[in-house]
Amino acid sequence: MNDTVLLSMEHITKIYGNGIVANEDVDLSVRKGEIHALMGENGAGKSTLMKILFGIERPDGGEIWLDGKKVEIASPTVALGLGIGMVHQHFMLVPSLTVAENLILGSEPVKGVVMDHAKAIRSTREIAERYNLPVDPRAKVKDLPVGMKQRVEILKALYRGAGLLILDEPTAVLAPQETEQLFRQLKSLRDQGHTIIFISHKLREIKEICDRITIMRSGRSVGVYDVAGVTLKEISRLMVGRDFVDKIEKRPPSRGGAVLEAKHLSYGFGQPRLSLRDVSFAVRSGEILGIAGVEGNGQRELVELVSGLRPIEEGEILFRGKSIRKESILRLRERQMAHIPQDRLLYGGAAKSTIRDNLIADRVQKREYGPLLRMGRLDRLCGELIREFGVKCEDSRNTLGMLSGGNMQKVVAARELSGDVAFLIADQPSRGIDVGAAKAIHQKILALRDRGTAVLLVSADLNEVMELSDSLMVMYDGEVVAWFPDASKVEEQELGSYMLGLKKQSEEEIRGACHVQPATEPAV
Amino acid sequence: MKDIIGAIFTTHFLFTVLRLTTPLIFAALSALIARAAGIRNITIEGTMLMTALTGVLVSAYTRSLPFAVACALLAGVLMGFLLAYFHLKLDTDILLSGIAINMVANGGTVFLLYVFAGDKGSSERLTSQVLPTVELPLIRDIPVLGEVLSGHNVLTYVAFGSVFLVWFLMFKTPVGLRIRAVGEYPEAIESVGKNATAIKLFALALSGFFAALGGIFLSMGYMNFFVKNMAAGRGFIGVAADYMGGGNPFGALAASLLFGIADACANTMQTMSIPAELVLCIPYAVTILGLVFYAAETKRLRCRQKKKALQSLRAGGEAGEP
Repeated sequence: MNDTVLLSMEHITKIYGNGIVANEDVDLSVRKGEIHALMGENGAGKSTLMKILFGIERPDGGEIWLDGKKVEIASPTVALGLGIGMVHQHFMLVPSLTVAENLILGSEPVKGVVMDHAKAIRSTREIAERYNLPVDPRAKVKDLPVGMKQRVEILKALYRGAGLLILDEPTAVLAPQETEQLFRQLKSLRDQGHTIIFISHKLREIKEICDRITIMRSGRSVGVYDVAGVTLKEISRLMVGRDFVDKIEKRPPSRGGAVLEAKHLSYGFGQPRLSLRDVSFAVRSGEILGIAGVEGNGQRELVELVSGLRPIEEGEILFRGKSIRKESILRLRERQMAHIPQDRLLYGGAAKSTIRDNLIADRVQKREYGPLLRMGRLDRLCGELIREFGVKCEDSRNTLGMLSGGNMQKVVAARELSGDVAFLIADQPSRGIDVGAAKAIHQKILALRDRGTAVLLVSADLNEVMELSDSLMVMYDGEVVAWFPDASKVEEQELGSYMLGLKKQSEEEIRGACHVQPATEPAV
Repeated sequence: MKDIIGAIFTTHFLFTVLRLTTPLIFAALSALIARAAGIRNITIEGTMLMTALTGVLVSAYTRSLPFAVACALLAGVLMGFLLAYFHLKLDTDILLSGIAINMVANGGTVFLLYVFAGDKGSSERLTSQVLPTVELPLIRDIPVLGEVLSGHNVLTYVAFGSVFLVWFLMFKTPVGLRIRAVGEYPEAIESVGKNATAIKLFALALSGFFAALGGIFLSMGYMNFFVKNMAAGRGFIGVAADYMGGGNPFGALAASLLFGIADACANTMQTMSIPAELVLCIPYAVTILGLVFYAAETKRLRCRQKKKALQSLRAGGEAGEP
């Protein structure tokens, strides 16, 4: 490796149409012939930066220098012409075409008007041999395992003459053996003079194959480090550290019996990797059990299993002592389960319906409002909820989509948190909303918990999950890797190590999350 | 019963099958190209009507057969562009756009017919031209076979040739590869720096071109004048034939022949006492049964795979290995 700078992105700023600042004054400098890691949590701005580099997004400010020349990358075509290739997380391959056909797509060799199939296969073989990435040119892509598809994707970039390869979380879809193989291939590519930008949030992987690392946090670049000269601890602090601690005032919990029990849940059979592996825990009344973890480590699947959105494959979930396997979501809600989903416009609310309709969606079928809708009563109820939760809107007959993110979330919260709630799932309840709205929602969740509701809180926001939770659980790679009976005694550093898979508690300690004797305080 | 069999096993009947299959082949190829690019083109029906009328009117007024055919083909391509404008540019729903275009074509042809031919039913008052029939040398002298294969309209031969041509285009040329890629996974095309919309636009133009050949055959071969709504559902039958053929031109040809046989049967049996509607519905019933069978089979297969994965886990194997 030498010190020549190949790529330099300076002061890159990108603001999306909806006002979200994805990149703010970001710098990235990559040397020729290195594997450069781009690290950061979900939403830190890594993907946006790479989309800018590959010409999918245009930056609002900043400059890109490649090989000492200033470049304008207006489209992927330009990027490809400059020798930049991208291996997307979701493969850009046509499943029913063969490997060779996918490789040559867009720049097909021809003999007259006919596609030169023999040549396509020959050049596929050649390039596969040159880079030591063996593939079967005649195999259909849909029949290949994931690791092989990724290899085809890499070859596709190399075929187009890419000297700089961007790999967007390449290991997220791979099984462990495939990951090892990929690393060997990447190293050999580097040794042949290619430069690689490797996006990941898995510390171990970066330690293993990267030379230098740029860390991003909330849209900014935090710094550039030599991987050899920085410890895992430091990286984890830089990556997930809180900028400031926002204390939440709360009373100590008065815990009761288990309201929801998950027993040996596994999920994702038939996929290359299980998304949940033998997950067990219990949530007791009057407590908030927080689940910390970098996104994509099984939280989503867990939430959707517990809330009844996905069918259970293996294991059991008991809600108030009864299995939810055969229960409809309506029935679960009647038994006082509430759910603030992560995506407020997918499951949380209907953007094109009115605020009122969103608020009353789960109670119109109740006898007190029927059989013909008693609009007077419903309007009164809406008015109360809007006032109580401080939703800023001119009229409850406006559509939900007209509201800001924070107010939209308040509407969802108002519906879910009002009335009797025995068990609440709050999945990223304050994502993307302003501080004031987040605070209001936190207060409401705490008020419910003080009245005896069991709360399962899933959050990638370290501040939220540490401050709001009573007990804390950490998920990594589909497993529960740590359980802390008292969230207030957890060190941020320590939590970071668990979240990034550097540490794992013993079976014994983790089993504490199940409370073998319910209704009693766990012995710690 | 004997009457029916007797009526079917005649050279005349087989000749009729080929004649009736011709427009279906064009419609099926038109549907095939659009569907390969990921677009459900149901405007084939309307395009056939428009082009059938265009051919008749232009030939009646200019007396030039080649010019009339060229205009009709151009009209077909323009119909493809029209759908592209709605669907690709304005991003409207493909079915709604298709229905709208078909309705415009249906009413519009009658309107134009009235304006230019002074009749709301047919163009019989105009003397329009017809594409020639072709006597195949050598083959026409073979007994039986000659009677079936020779003496068709030139477009019938073009239709069978087109099946091979479309197969060649779709599976042997770069353009075909791109059309198939864009239909299955447009992002793949975009990722290599090519414009997916441009490829879809080309596919729709080509789709319109083949539909136009079908339309021309109807009014300048099968008949020698235009009749209101003369496509009579052939555009839609073409869509079904493409589905049954599974996206393969030769499959589409086989399905078209099946529909053509049904059509010919209906034609023949109308002279007998069996209601034609009953006969005509058989191919459709077959299509539906085939689809149901296919769907059930795929579902069963997926269930079995999942069960296997679960079993291997219970047997103690490391989780997640497929």
